[in-house]
Amino acid sequence: MLKDVTLGQYFPGTSFIHRLDPRTKLIATFVYIAALFVAKWYVSYAVVLALLIVCITVSGIKPSAFFRGLKPILFIIIFTAVINLFATKGGTVLWNWWKLTITSAGAQLAFLMVARIMLLITGTFLLTYTTTPMALTDGLELLLEPIKKLGAPVHEFSMMMSIALRFIPTLIEEADKIASAQKARGADFETGSLTERAKALLPLLVPLFVSAFRRADELAVAMEARCYHGGEGRTRMKKLTMCPADWATLIGSGVFLAGIIVLARYGL
Amino acid sequence: MEPIIQVKDVSFRYEGEDESAAPVLDHVSLEIEAGSFVVILGHNGSGKSTLAKHLNGILVPDEGEVLVDGMDTKDDDKLLDIRRTVGMVFQNPDNQMVASVVEDDVAFAPENLGVPPDEIRARVDEALKLVGMYEFRDRAPHLLSGGQKQRVAIAGVIAMQPRCIVLDEPTAMLDPGGRREVIETVTRLCRENGITVVLITHHMSEAVGADKVFVMSAGHVISEGTPEAVFSKVEALRKEGLTVPDTVALSWELRGAGLDVPLAALTPADCAAGIAKALQK
Ligand SMILES: Nc1ncnc2c1ncn2[C@@H]1O[C@H](COP(=O)(O)OP(=O)(O)OP(=O)(O)O)[C@@H](O)[C@H]1O
Ligand SMILES: [Mg+2]
Repeated sequence: MLKDVTLGQYFPGTSFIHRLDPRTKLIATFVYIAALFVAKWYVSYAVVLALLIVCITVSGIKPSAFFRGLKPILFIIIFTAVINLFATKGGTVLWNWWKLTITSAGAQLAFLMVARIMLLITGTFLLTYTTTPMALTDGLELLLEPIKKLGAPVHEFSMMMSIALRFIPTLIEEADKIASAQKARGADFETGSLTERAKALLPLLVPLFVSAFRRADELAVAMEARCYHGGEGRTRMKKLTMCPADWATLIGSGVFLAGIIVLARYGL
Repeated sequence: MEPIIQVKDVSFRYEGEDESAAPVLDHVSLEIEAGSFVVILGHNGSGKSTLAKHLNGILVPDEGEVLVDGMDTKDDDKLLDIRRTVGMVFQNPDNQMVASVVEDDVAFAPENLGVPPDEIRARVDEALKLVGMYEFRDRAPHLLSGGQKQRVAIAGVIAMQPRCIVLDEPTAMLDPGGRREVIETVTRLCRENGITVVLITHHMSEAVGADKVFVMSAGHVISEGTPEAVFSKVEALRKEGLTVPDTVALSWELRGAGLDVPLAALTPADCAAGIAKALQK
């Protein structure tokens, strides 16, 4: 059950996308998300989808990895679809029963919303699948450099992120271990009503939290012992550099966003 | 040889502890010579980890002082110099790794010290080669075995180029194979690279190759000397709830049965030779 979580998982590789500077990938992902929200109608969505398919192909990561990543949010997708399907009025009535009506406008909107969520998630997966968490947080720290000058705790934030990402697999492993131990004693996480299942999770979460706090304590001491004293005077082994490919990618993303904006203007 | 660490009459109590109870460290004094291999033994709660944390200024003494290469650990301005002189490896390998890639983790300490990028690269490669983990530099730490993780942690400390490494029960969570990997690695670092090693452990067998052994009990150092000298005091050790190495235990039993074997044989080969000699008489 817990093994399904692919959040923050990196797939090693040497593709064009893997080699891009994390800052480029972060900005491009932002542009991509912006484009998704600007996109109005099928033509725009098709363009976004085409771009995503090209990028996934270039990355060399198996599409199945992306589908697996979508599984945990299946519930949100279905929920969005249902809400949009029944709550939107307009167009011709396609189906009617008691108080429930599905209109053509509702069907269309539900379809586009689901497409938007799936494109959004898959696009951000592409970022985390092709970038090591360390590079990602380094890139974020550098991008946010300007607001650091205003006193924002940018270094602390990016350190927190990278440690969180580092500990996700460790904590998942531990949760699995605790879950097996509880199951061996007759706990049941898979059946029963939602509240029953939530209750069954409690004996799993409590030890997990206790152990997470202990880990945090030990980690803090270990970091201090290795001369950690905040971001000041810190250097990086892997210095980030923007190559021509990065600039080309950024220009490409700009053109892409402009294109989607134009398409949206024409209601496409 | 000059001492690299001097612990002078140190007493320490954790905050919020009962003032009337005996302190966790009670007037402890010891010296660690540069380049030597030192083992600290003691049962649970005897204050070993507390002492270890005094050796690089994570904790500072309530009374007495700790000098690292002449620097007082109470001196805040020297803290970074002290920590880069004395590196520390902890028990749980998972809880001392910060990065999701092995080489990034090893780079953590030199990055904190503001070392230029090219030199960090060189130090990281060298450190990983020293512990035999160079081929694993691109891996995720959570996919390594316990012994491998602990060797990466050692590399992470070596990359600071410390003169001394303190290891607090680094093998407690490892299987016998991993335990051997780690002990062999630190022994090599001491003997071939001249790094002072302070190894805190429960396992008597790990003390066999040491230059000096300290035994702690209830916040005191109750015995110190060469492994042979310390382990010959079998009864005193057993009273402190410590076991002795199997070879010593065997020799002890044989002596009790009237066979004149040397007590201080620490390797199985020496022990066997001693028994053979005694039987021939
Ligand atoms: N953070 C702390 N706060 C309060 N008391 C502590 C703390 N850490 C340890 N102690 C207490 O100090 C005493 C010595 O602990 P210490 O961890 O130094 O022993 P140890 O010899 O390392 O034991 P072990 O073999 O279990 O690691 C124990 O009685 C312990 O309960
Ligand atoms: Mg301890």
